[in-house]
Amino acid sequence: MSAPLVALGDTEAGSGVNPPARRRRLRQLTTRDRIVLGVMIAIPTLIQAVLVWIPTLASIGLSFAKWDGLALSDIHGNGLVNYKFVFEQSPQFWPAVLHNVAWLAFLAVIGTPLGLLLAVLLDQKIRGTRIYQTIFFMPVMLSLALIGIIWELIYSPQNGLLDYLLGTHGTAHAIDWFGNSSVNLWAALVAATWRHAGYIMILYLAGLKGVDPSLREASSLDGANGRQTFFRVVFPAMAPTNVIIVVITVIESLRAFDIVYVINHGTNGLELLSVLVVQYLVGETQVIGIGSAFAVVLLVISLVPIVIYLSRTFSTKER
Amino acid sequence: MAETGSGRFIMDRRSIVKGLGLGAVGLISAPVLAACSSGGSGGGSGSGGGGGSLTFGSNASDPVPKKAYAAFVAAFEKKSKDKVTVNTSDHNSFQDKITNYLQGSPDDAFTWFAGYRMRYYAKKGLVADVSDVWTKIGSNFSDALKKASTGEDGKQYFVPNYNYPWGFFYRKSFWAQNGWSVPGTFDELVTLAKKMKAKGIIPIAFTDKDQWPACGTFDYLNMRINGYQFHVDLCAHKEGWDTPKVQEVFTTWKELLPYYDPNAAGLTWQEGATKVGNKQAGMMLLGSFITQQFTDPAVLNDIDFFPFPAVKVEGTDAVEAPIDGLMLSKKGGQNQAAKDMLAFMGTGAGQEAYYSVDKSNIMTAKDADTSGYSAFTKKLADVIANAKSISQFFDRDALPAMAANVLEPAMLNFIKGGNINLTNIEAQAKTLYAQQ
Repeated sequence: MSAPLVALGDTEAGSGVNPPARRRRLRQLTTRDRIVLGVMIAIPTLIQAVLVWIPTLASIGLSFAKWDGLALSDIHGNGLVNYKFVFEQSPQFWPAVLHNVAWLAFLAVIGTPLGLLLAVLLDQKIRGTRIYQTIFFMPVMLSLALIGIIWELIYSPQNGLLDYLLGTHGTAHAIDWFGNSSVNLWAALVAATWRHAGYIMILYLAGLKGVDPSLREASSLDGANGRQTFFRVVFPAMAPTNVIIVVITVIESLRAFDIVYVINHGTNGLELLSVLVVQYLVGETQVIGIGSAFAVVLLVISLVPIVIYLSRTFSTKER
Repeated sequence: MAETGSGRFIMDRRSIVKGLGLGAVGLISAPVLAACSSGGSGGGSGSGGGGGSLTFGSNASDPVPKKAYAAFVAAFEKKSKDKVTVNTSDHNSFQDKITNYLQGSPDDAFTWFAGYRMRYYAKKGLVADVSDVWTKIGSNFSDALKKASTGEDGKQYFVPNYNYPWGFFYRKSFWAQNGWSVPGTFDELVTLAKKMKAKGIIPIAFTDKDQWPACGTFDYLNMRINGYQFHVDLCAHKEGWDTPKVQEVFTTWKELLPYYDPNAAGLTWQEGATKVGNKQAGMMLLGSFITQQFTDPAVLNDIDFFPFPAVKVEGTDAVEAPIDGLMLSKKGGQNQAAKDMLAFMGTGAGQEAYYSVDKSNIMTAKDADTSGYSAFTKKLADVIANAKSISQFFDRDALPAMAANVLEPAMLNFIKGGNINLTNIEAQAKTLYAQQ
């Protein structure tokens, strides 16, 4: 505690003697540099504030209010009514949570491992690997409308591929994969996995390319077989990529929206939290307070993996 | 998706582009669009007899209605010598951005619907009172139409253009061949459905993938059991949902469930209409826009209509016939040319100009020339003309969030399982209506 005080006193004492020299030593930046730096920090900060912080804080604020979206003076406090609606009254909320959890479980158990498997297979120098990569990555690049049509062609009860293969197409026993609420979540999850696996594959392939080949060489010299090399050497060496993939899987399952929206606007067994936020915030059906409360719930849930990821990233850097 | 192309009535407004990105773009672009549109209205105010100008915001983005409104505007310009600048927006986004639109710098006149939202914006003072227009055109409309154009304060805010009735549609020849006759009461309807089921067809092509079609059955049963006024009060949440009256609606409805298409939850109305068209289904309750689906003239000419049968009270007095028309923004209320255009919409000449292009609806003005109507259209028109009260659709008569987020999902569950939790619906309704 005492050292800085001494230093401070020192500065004050010396201020009369040679201030310009001192200052120049502390700031090696010209005025121009400072302006440039200032602008470079201010603009992103402003963008960040306008696009992220202000909307976030406004949403949190509005989730405790009632507002018809017209005059700002009409915003009135509403206590916990909106949250009561979310947790107790809305019959869609708990199914939506359950569906998001199912989404996470499905992607974690099937989607992501499938992407890893594809990446590992395509990383072997097999012939035509680039063609396969393109094929598996294709779904990530397709527009949603197109994805909706593609899966409609597969799942349609009248003339869809799946019912055709089952021999039930066009009959009364045909399964309406998107319309039957006991199966449509799984049908949608298959479609989502189709997209997700390609995404994970590309990320993981990039990670695999970055693994030092001498590691594999060393492990094979030590007599490890292919499986051991992968699980004991390559996989641990890819820890940073693995963390990113875990985070992406979690985030993907939380922000899942597009596919169910294309199917039936996220109703009839395909309710998701993101859909509820949109239902109550966009368009004619807007009820701002309730929509904000749904959004805040989703935000709080999303913060968990984000905080874990960030704390991990920063702690690694400190080390 | 299939739904975006075809029906431009409720269909289109329900396939709302709620996608997050698009929604955001819509929100951002709303003020921009509104700003663009405000340009032309400068010199119009107070000019009266010609030479004025106004801007007109139209949601008629589909080809036929767009041309129809162009014909209407041309007829008005010719008659009044006023200059109209038309700003057409996409049907769905117009609907989604309406709140921003009215608060920004809206056009003088714009297309809208009768119902809750009309009364709501009137109450909030975002639209102009057109009672003075109604003193000119009032005699040209039935009382039911006037009631539908009136806000909570008793003043008029809306001028009807056209409407289209909801009812049962079926194939005449198919029914004649089987000796089926039009049911006049609910019991007769159930008996008929039973006969049809025994014949191995789907008696009632009920389709609820888009969720809003179920509102038609709910509204009719509610009005036939509890009366028109109860429908209005329930939509405004002046009546509660957890009451024996609403319970009776669902109890009655349950009698129909065995006669619905078992795949109702996954089907669109277009698919249902097709089943009626090729005799897989006996009948279907829908708006008269169902006829758009029958592209084969032989089928189209074979389609007939009957009103929802009487159940308990008021016979078949009430008809569900959503009305589309014009309103004035607050600014437009100062512009005589804009008022003149609304008055012109209230005349036969104005409505005929629109109808000359878009023939899928019923003109609402009494002096409109209906000699061009087919026998079928005439029948539809008579049902509306003879109605004692005209309801809109539940999602037009009630708070949109109540309709789309609460009742429609609940009704879909009811269709699937026959259960409805009215206590929960009442709880949600309380919270939602309290926020308006």
